[in-house]
Amino acid sequence: MSWILILEQTLNGLQFGLMLFLLAAGLTLVFGIMDMINLAHGSLYMVGAYLMAACVQATGSFVWGLVLAVAGTALIGMALEVALLRRLYQRDHLTQVLATFALILIANELVRLVFGSQPVLLNTPAALSGPVDLLPGLSYSSYRLLIIAVGMAVAVLLYVLVAKTRTGMLVRAGASNREMATAMGVNIRTLFTIVFGVGAALCAIAGAMLGPILAVQVGMGENILILAFVVIVIGGIGSIRGALVGSLLVGIVDTIGRTLLPVLFREFLPPAYASNLGPAVASILIYVLMAAVLFWKPQGLFPARG
Amino acid sequence: MPTRALTIATLAAALVFPLVAAPLGWEYYLGFASRIMIYAIAASSLNLILGYGGMVSFGHAAFLGAGAYAVGILMAEGVASAWIAWPVAIVLAALFALVIGAISLRTRGVYFIMITLAFAQMMYYVFISMKEYGGDDGLNLPTRSVVGLGLDLKSDATFYYLALASLVATLYGLNRLVHARFGRVIEAIRENETRMEAVGFSTYRYKLVCFVIAGAVCGFAGALLANQGNFVSPRLLDWAQSGSLMIMVILGGIGHLYGGAIGAVVLLALEEVLSSYTIYWQLPVGMILLAIVLFAPQGLAGAFARTRRS
Amino acid sequence: MRKNMIALAVLALVAAGAQAADRVKVGFVSTLSGPQGAPGIDSRDGFQLAVKMLGGKLGDLPVEVLVADDQFNPEAGKQVVERFVKRDRVDFVTGIIYSNVLLAAGPTAFEAKVPYVSSNAGPSQLAGSGCNPYFVSAAWQNDGSHEASGQYATNKGFKTVYLLAPNYPAGKDALTGFKRFYQGKVVDEVYPKLGQLDFAAELAQVRAAKPDAVYAFMPGGMGVNFIKQYVAAGLSKDIQLVLPGFSADEDTIKAVGEPMLGLFNPAHWSPDLDNAENKRFVAAFEKEYGRIPSAYAAQGFDAALMMDGAIRAMKGKIEDRDALMRALKTGKYRSVRGDYKMNNNGFPIQTYYLRVVGKDAQGRIVNKTIGTVFTNHGDAYAKDCKLK
Repeated sequence: MSWILILEQTLNGLQFGLMLFLLAAGLTLVFGIMDMINLAHGSLYMVGAYLMAACVQATGSFVWGLVLAVAGTALIGMALEVALLRRLYQRDHLTQVLATFALILIANELVRLVFGSQPVLLNTPAALSGPVDLLPGLSYSSYRLLIIAVGMAVAVLLYVLVAKTRTGMLVRAGASNREMATAMGVNIRTLFTIVFGVGAALCAIAGAMLGPILAVQVGMGENILILAFVVIVIGGIGSIRGALVGSLLVGIVDTIGRTLLPVLFREFLPPAYASNLGPAVASILIYVLMAAVLFWKPQGLFPARG
Repeated sequence: MPTRALTIATLAAALVFPLVAAPLGWEYYLGFASRIMIYAIAASSLNLILGYGGMVSFGHAAFLGAGAYAVGILMAEGVASAWIAWPVAIVLAALFALVIGAISLRTRGVYFIMITLAFAQMMYYVFISMKEYGGDDGLNLPTRSVVGLGLDLKSDATFYYLALASLVATLYGLNRLVHARFGRVIEAIRENETRMEAVGFSTYRYKLVCFVIAGAVCGFAGALLANQGNFVSPRLLDWAQSGSLMIMVILGGIGHLYGGAIGAVVLLALEEVLSSYTIYWQLPVGMILLAIVLFAPQGLAGAFARTRRS
Repeated sequence: MRKNMIALAVLALVAAGAQAADRVKVGFVSTLSGPQGAPGIDSRDGFQLAVKMLGGKLGDLPVEVLVADDQFNPEAGKQVVERFVKRDRVDFVTGIIYSNVLLAAGPTAFEAKVPYVSSNAGPSQLAGSGCNPYFVSAAWQNDGSHEASGQYATNKGFKTVYLLAPNYPAGKDALTGFKRFYQGKVVDEVYPKLGQLDFAAELAQVRAAKPDAVYAFMPGGMGVNFIKQYVAAGLSKDIQLVLPGFSADEDTIKAVGEPMLGLFNPAHWSPDLDNAENKRFVAAFEKEYGRIPSAYAAQGFDAALMMDGAIRAMKGKIEDRDALMRALKTGKYRSVRGDYKMNNNGFPIQTYYLRVVGKDAQGRIVNKTIGTVFTNHGDAYAKDCKLK
């Protein structure tokens, strides 16, 4: 096991984990502050990717595409919150699950109506389609490095926003004790809309950045959504720090499941079985971890509430 | 609750359906109707814990999958007899429910929702990992389970009657259960668990028994489903499938006796009818679901009950 | 009088439901959506072009083609075929691209004795001891172009090769076929999940293993992503990438572009094959759809022609299913591949050509035939099939 391999796989796990963090951060804020299970969060990720593809086509520029896609998704998110989702805050969790599940169906079909059933083409910017020589013997995709850079930048930005600004303080107050925050005169309704908008923007960044690597297709948000839920449960509902730790943890486990475990299993299983078992075992482990946290420490590893 | 006359009329229509299906060239719909009835059984079992028991399980499809795979794996190993496979399916699903329930019921509220989801996902990946039994690609069942007694399940009509009988039995059993002491205790626990604890009921034990019963019934539905489609796949345990079952319960009427059945019929019939008009059929289905959740949370059975009363 | 009227009415109903032999109904089910949908769409377009060129008829009988999407899901595919067979009462089923879908849905057609004419999927399970009298292939047996690739890799002298294919029946057939003809050393054999689109982890392993070449079978959208990421990770500089024809098809070329120039890939068909039928087909396809056809389209086209030839041979009396199967398997039709023979298990015995991705006279990036790898190549499983 060469250390170049370890380094490369660490970068891969980091890349995946950081993008997962972008989704998990928005989800944990919405869950923590508004106490709402939002299954449609993955749909915002999908909308972000589609808007990115459309805007890059229209403007011919990756950067402009990103800016427009993020802004557009944030606006859509906030509109959704005002029009529909704020009715769900007072309702029970079952209602929230079903209503947002319905939203997933609606969002998928609306996107299909507008963009069709085939995936939309979204390419990495030409300048970043090649490798970068990080070390002798290790050339890594320059675009993936960009993803890591963007992910880290957003993480730092979020930290600054939440820990150092007034809005962030309100957000933390809302997360740890909503009634007290309302009693102190915080305009809860506007705060909620802003939080939702930020969550939507984060989703859009992730969707837009990952679009060229995966495929911009209908239903792309569903798999990553469920992982985001795992992450926020493990990290602690309402805690951004927890979301970061949880995402990186899940990213590493997923990478190990795809590489280390199959190598191990190939010692005593035929290759097709070993290749299948690795990721399956990794996924099972992730859900075992989630169940364990829910059972023993339901507030998560980094509880937001006091 | 629908009138007795309506119930008898529906049952009569269901009994007669296969006889008119053949001359009209509708044999295909016998299979479709069987499928609906099987999902009605599964949704009714969820209604027991969700509607009557107030336990929001987001992982009910795990029991559907357990029952289906029990039949599938046994058949792959050469055991096709229904007298062995189906009890195994029920027992296996009940065992899953016992373990999952024992752990999950120690948690509350949103954590219960999440942990049931986690367990269902776990099972999903376990079945994916079983490449010898198809894994992701699923497992074909060469024949349906062998019942003997002169009944050949290969005939769509025979299978239809079996599914119908199972559904009737399930609803009858559900009816007896909720009107018995057990059912009243469960509903009371849903209303106010702390009070029931204070009065001296072991609420955990009651809820667990309820959970296991629901799991077992759902496992039986899974066994029937594997037979109906001659196919099992891990997708049966997907969280979207659990969501589907929840949609059926809400649509039909949560906590109403026929809620699960009505919901299954409406959802699957809607899907079939709408998909022949447009490929975007999930759009109206999503909108209807949203409307019901927001404005008619008692579902169709609830709305019907209300109009009757007024 | 009333009794007679009732009897007449019942008779009329029964007759209406019974099979009318003055039309042909074909059930076309394929993957038409999502990242893996391009091959299915190509196949469908090829099939429908053939029907159009035959004047909306197959074997001089007017044909109704029912098209459905299997959504890349074996269970959905199985339900579609069940609907085709039981409700729509089709005379033929065709179209499935992916072998996992075929293995789930095929038995439904076989049980109902409805002929299945494969326009792509050819899993080994249906070629050997599991061969079925109601199955015939207008395409290839899954191992075929991979065996050719293995031979090519041996001829080129690659000492070590790293193998990748998706974890489903066709993927396993692919690497089994490759290994059957490759004489060098297989460094590793990896099966990413079917439908996976991000190969970062697998590519890191490839880099660490340092093989002479990588052989990757990645159908549809998987192939597009794999090639792009392979180049982006800097592996194309040092490690030669070898692909089977299906991973270097015209849709992939369209999506990936320049990075594919110079890629060698064996296949049983190429757009520039020099025979009259093929020239006619390619010209008509480009005119109708504005793009160069892939092998998937050619196979869809051939499937229609095969049905046409068989119906013609039966003079329209297609109710005799067993005779129809014989006609399908033994009948001659003008394939875009030129002449080829049929094996006892319903699969073709055909030639595999070596192609390279280059530029044509108009500067478009296309596949060009530069040689032959196998002539009259049958599959390795036919001897296990008990059919004659």
